[in-house]
Amino acid sequence: MVDVMMEKAPEKVMWAEKMVYERPAALSDIPTHYCPGCTHGLIHKLIGEVIDELGIRQRTISVSPVGCAVFMYDYFDVDGAEAAHGRAPAMATGIKRVQPDNIVFTYQGDGDMASIGMAEIIWAATRGENITVFFVNNAIYGMTGGQMAPTSLPGQVTGSSPNGRDVEMTGMPIRMAELLAGLPGASYVVRRSVHNIQTIKQAKKAIRTAFQVQMAGAGFALVELLSSCPTNWKMTAADSLTWIKENMVPYYPLGDYKVADVVKTLNNRGK
Amino acid sequence: MAKGRIKVDEAMCKGCELCIMVCPYGLIEMADHFNAKGYKPAVLIDPDQRCTGCTLCAMMCPDAVITVYRETKIKPSPAYA
Ligand SMILES: Cc1ncc(C[n+]2csc(CCOP(=O)(O)OP(=O)(O)O)c2C)c(N)n1
Ligand code: SF4
Ligand code: SF4
Ligand SMILES: [Mg+2]
Repeated sequence: MVDVMMEKAPEKVMWAEKMVYERPAALSDIPTHYCPGCTHGLIHKLIGEVIDELGIRQRTISVSPVGCAVFMYDYFDVDGAEAAHGRAPAMATGIKRVQPDNIVFTYQGDGDMASIGMAEIIWAATRGENITVFFVNNAIYGMTGGQMAPTSLPGQVTGSSPNGRDVEMTGMPIRMAELLAGLPGASYVVRRSVHNIQTIKQAKKAIRTAFQVQMAGAGFALVELLSSCPTNWKMTAADSLTWIKENMVPYYPLGDYKVADVVKTLNNRGK
Repeated sequence: MAKGRIKVDEAMCKGCELCIMVCPYGLIEMADHFNAKGYKPAVLIDPDQRCTGCTLCAMMCPDAVITVYRETKIKPSPAYA
């Protein structure tokens, strides 16, 4: 605590040291197993901050994916369940329907959601389930060692596309936010990134809105987050952020793809 | 300008260097020693007290291991006035 400088200061100004940022209480003290600089951790932190700010820690239930975030239930100090690969939206549906007062969110990678779990996410959005979904798109299968994902970019070199993704053979990468926004049941579908301070702030606002949609009973909310995988992209953490900006953002434009009228009327949206 | 400082949880830092990138004054460096995980933790080197406690490093840290403090003006309570 830094003390006072008040002697004969006419306006009697005092200075005191205040804590202005600390690790969110909604994160546990367990160190994550994520690689250094991986933005899975950063996205966890933003979700934790929002859970704290909304005061919903006691009633939040996470549904973890299969993928690098498979141990997410350890990293948040909230109740949690672990879904089979891709099935998080189905599990979240069940939990939310029997525990409607709880706030239920899934957190899913691009392999988890956009390949093996495609059916579950499409139908959860179509039914307008009142759940919150975080879709972490790092254009790769991180956990299994860097194979091509449905979201890998054209020409992207991965473990299973050593000559670069050949879109003649595999088709173009899938844009989940655009796809899901087209479903009538979805209330809030946006894409954000976390490659610099500005996009981190925007991502946090969207995460907040996505929880508020559920709290208002306003239906299905999904935030796609462009995220890094320094290990499998074989880059430094800093270069990975540049890679998101220069390569992912042009193909996956940031923006709001669906904001239903019921969401527009929410108070303090994304404040 | 308000003065600030940061505290890095050395044991939890993974030495990713992302905080270095966003400090507007370039006040963060990697230590010479290793933590128990084998990473060189981030340290604030601020002999001229230039840190303002802006929180940008904490916003960027993927492991949420930075705590930020800032000197803030407070109104003296009547007892001191
Ligand atoms: C039924 C089943 N099929 C395949 C796997 C292997 N597998 C584990 S994680 C994963 C993909 C992970 O990629 P993603 O969802 O993008 O998560 P990331 O690790 O990139 O965050 C796969 C295919 C599995 N665990 N279970
Ligand atoms: S493999 Fe990639 S996605 Fe998984 S923790 Fe490491 S950097 Fe993150
Ligand atoms: S951003 Fe966090 S984990 Fe990375 S070096 Fe800085 S303090 Fe350590
Ligand atoms: Mg992935």
